[in-house]
Amino acid sequence: MDKENLVALYRQMVLIRVFEDRAAEMYAKAKIAGFLHLYNGQEAVAVGSVSALNPDDDVVVNYRDHGWALARGSSARAVMAELFGRETGTTGGRGGSMHLVDVKNRFWGGYAIVGGHLPLAAGLAAAAQYLKTGRITLCSMGDGSTNIGTFHAAMNWAKLWNLPIIFMVENNQYAMGTHYDVHSAVPMIQKAAGYNMYAEEVDGMDVMAVREAVCRVAERARKGEGPSFLNVITFRYRGHSMADPDVQRDKAEIARWKERDPITRFATEVLLRRNLVTPKELEDIQKSVEHEVEDAIEFADKSPEPPLESLYHYIYQQPVRNMQIAGSLIRPPTLARDIPANGKHA
Amino acid sequence: MAEITYREALKRALREEMQRDPTVVIWGEDVVAYAGGGAYGVTSGLAKEFPGRVRDTPIAEEAIIGVGIGAAMGGLRPVCEIMTVNFTLVAWDQIVNHAAKQSHMFNGQIKVPMVIRTPNGHGRTAATHSQNFDAWFAHIPGLKVVAPATPYDAKGLLKTSIRDDDPVVFLEHLQLYGTRGEVPDEEYLIPIGVSDYKRRGKDLTIVTWGRMTMESLKAARILAEEGVDVEIVDLRTLRPLDLSLAFESVHKTNRAIVVEEGWRTAGLGAEIAASLQEQAFNDLDAPIARVAGLEVPMPYAKNLERATLPFAEDVVAAVRAMMQKQY
Repeated sequence: MDKENLVALYRQMVLIRVFEDRAAEMYAKAKIAGFLHLYNGQEAVAVGSVSALNPDDDVVVNYRDHGWALARGSSARAVMAELFGRETGTTGGRGGSMHLVDVKNRFWGGYAIVGGHLPLAAGLAAAAQYLKTGRITLCSMGDGSTNIGTFHAAMNWAKLWNLPIIFMVENNQYAMGTHYDVHSAVPMIQKAAGYNMYAEEVDGMDVMAVREAVCRVAERARKGEGPSFLNVITFRYRGHSMADPDVQRDKAEIARWKERDPITRFATEVLLRRNLVTPKELEDIQKSVEHEVEDAIEFADKSPEPPLESLYHYIYQQPVRNMQIAGSLIRPPTLARDIPANGKHA
Repeated sequence: MAEITYREALKRALREEMQRDPTVVIWGEDVVAYAGGGAYGVTSGLAKEFPGRVRDTPIAEEAIIGVGIGAAMGGLRPVCEIMTVNFTLVAWDQIVNHAAKQSHMFNGQIKVPMVIRTPNGHGRTAATHSQNFDAWFAHIPGLKVVAPATPYDAKGLLKTSIRDDDPVVFLEHLQLYGTRGEVPDEEYLIPIGVSDYKRRGKDLTIVTWGRMTMESLKAARILAEEGVDVEIVDLRTLRPLDLSLAFESVHKTNRAIVVEEGWRTAGLGAEIAASLQEQAFNDLDAPIARVAGLEVPMPYAKNLERATLPFAEDVVAAVRAMMQKQY
C-alpha cells in the first residue's frame, strides 16, 4: 500500500472513533433514541476488511454497523442523519442505527436479529456464484451469533455449495454482557473445523493484519476455493449499547485492551515509524475529522423528519390490485387521499 | 380445455417461468432426488429439465428462506419450497423479520422477489403436521399471501407470484394436489389481490379460500337441492385482501358466512367479518356467521381429526341455520 492509502486507512479509523464519540454525546442529549451500539475499539476490523474488498463485493453485517457503513463509503452526514431519524439518512429515517444500508456501495445492512443475516449473506454469495458475477460476500457477525441455528445452517450451506463468502467473527469476547467462556463450549476456530472450512485467527487490533487476512481469503473465494472463516480478536471499549452500564466487565481488562488501541498502534508502529506522516499531519487529520463529524451533526439536526405521507411507501416494491383495501394500506383519513385507487404508492 | 391436477398445474407454472427467465431457481428439501422430485411431486422431473437450477437443500428451513432472500437481493428469483407449512415455523424469523421488512425498512433500496411455496394440510399426521397458519401470514405487512383453490388459479397465480418483485407466500394444500380442473394450454396470468366468484347465487354469501372453497362448492350442491342458492367468493389472495366481491355479494344476498380451515379465534374469518360489518352493515339481515377449525391441537385418531376440521357438512349446517332463523 502506498502512503496515500495508508493515511486513508488511518483517517477512516479516526472518523469512526470521533463519529461514535459524538454519537454517544448526541444520545445523551436525546437527539438519538433507541439502541445505539458503538464501534469504539473495533475500528481496524471494518476499515481493514473493506480496504481488501472490491467496490462491488457484497458486505453484510450486524447491528454494530456505523463503522462498516462509514468504511464502505456512506457519508458521515447520511449515517448521522439516520441516527437522528431524518429523511436524509441512509434509509430515510426508517431503519435507524441498527439497520444502516447503502446499496449503491453494495452495503446490504445492518441486521439486528442475532444471526439472522447469515443466511442472507450466503444467498448473496449463491446469487453471485449462479450469475457468475465474480463478486464475493463478506459477512461480519459478533461472537455471540455463533451459537444460534442460522450460524450453523449458513456455514454448512456455504461449504456444501462452495460459496464465495467470508464469514468474519468480530470476536470482542462478549455476547452483550456474557463472556465467551460462558456462551461457547469450544474455541471459536473449532466451529469452522466442524464444517471443514478454511479458517484463520486474526489480530483485530491491527488494521494491516485484518487487511492481509481478508485479502488472502478473498483471493481463495475468487478462485473458486469456497468459503472461509476469520476469527478476528478484538474488543469494544464501550458497553454493548448505550443502554449498557457496563458493570459486568473488569475495568482492568478494558484498560489492557486500550493499550493495544488500533488507531494509536497504526499511527506509531506504521505511519510515524516509517516517516509517512508528521505528528502535525496526524493532528490535521484529527481536526479535519472533527470538523466533518460536526458538520454531519449540523446536517442531521437541520434535516427534516421523513414526511408523514411516506409512511406507507415501499412496503411493497410492486403494487397489485386492491392494495388500497389491504390491511397494510389502511391509513388515517388525512393520508388516504394521497393514495391513488389503483394502489400505486411507491 | 384439458383437465389436469392442481399438482400438474403448479409444475407447469414452474416450468413455464423457468423457461421464460433464467434467474428463476427452485431450492428446497427433497425437490430433486426424493421420489423423483418433491415430497408431494410438484417439482418432479424439473431438475433434469433445468440442470443446476433445481437443488436439494439441507433440512434447515431458516436457511432455505434466508438464502432465498439473499439470492433474491442478489438478482435471482428463487422459488423456495418448504415441505409443509408446519416447518415454516422454523423460518418464521426469516419470513417476518427479513423477507417482509427489507423493502420498507431499507427505504425501497432492497427488493426481495421470492416465492415461498408451502402446503397446508392434514392426513392423520397429528398436531405438529396438521396446521393452518394462513392468518399469521396474512397479518404481516410486506408479505403478499396467495392461497389458490383450483388448478386454474394455482397455475395463473404461481406464474404471477414468480414475476412479482415482493416476497410471496404461496399456500398450497395437500388435499388439493390431486384435484382436477380445466387449465388452458395457452399462457395466462391471474393478478394477485383479486378475489373471484366460484359460484353465483342469490340467497347467501360464503366468503372463503383454499380447500374450504372446494368444500363450500360441495355444500352449495347439497343446498341447491334444498332450494338454497348460495354465492361463493373465493378470496384467492389473503394479503392484500380483496373484499370488493364480498361487499358486492352481500349487498345482493344480505347474508354472509365466512368459512376457514384454521382456528377460529383471531383467525382471518374474524378480520373478514369485522370488515363486512364495518363496510356493509346496512346490507346485512343477519349476524355474520363463521365456520372454522376447532381450537385443539390436531389429534391423530381418525374420528377426532375428522371432528376437528371443517367440511362441506359444516358449511351446510351453518347455511341452514342462518336461512331458517327469523331476524
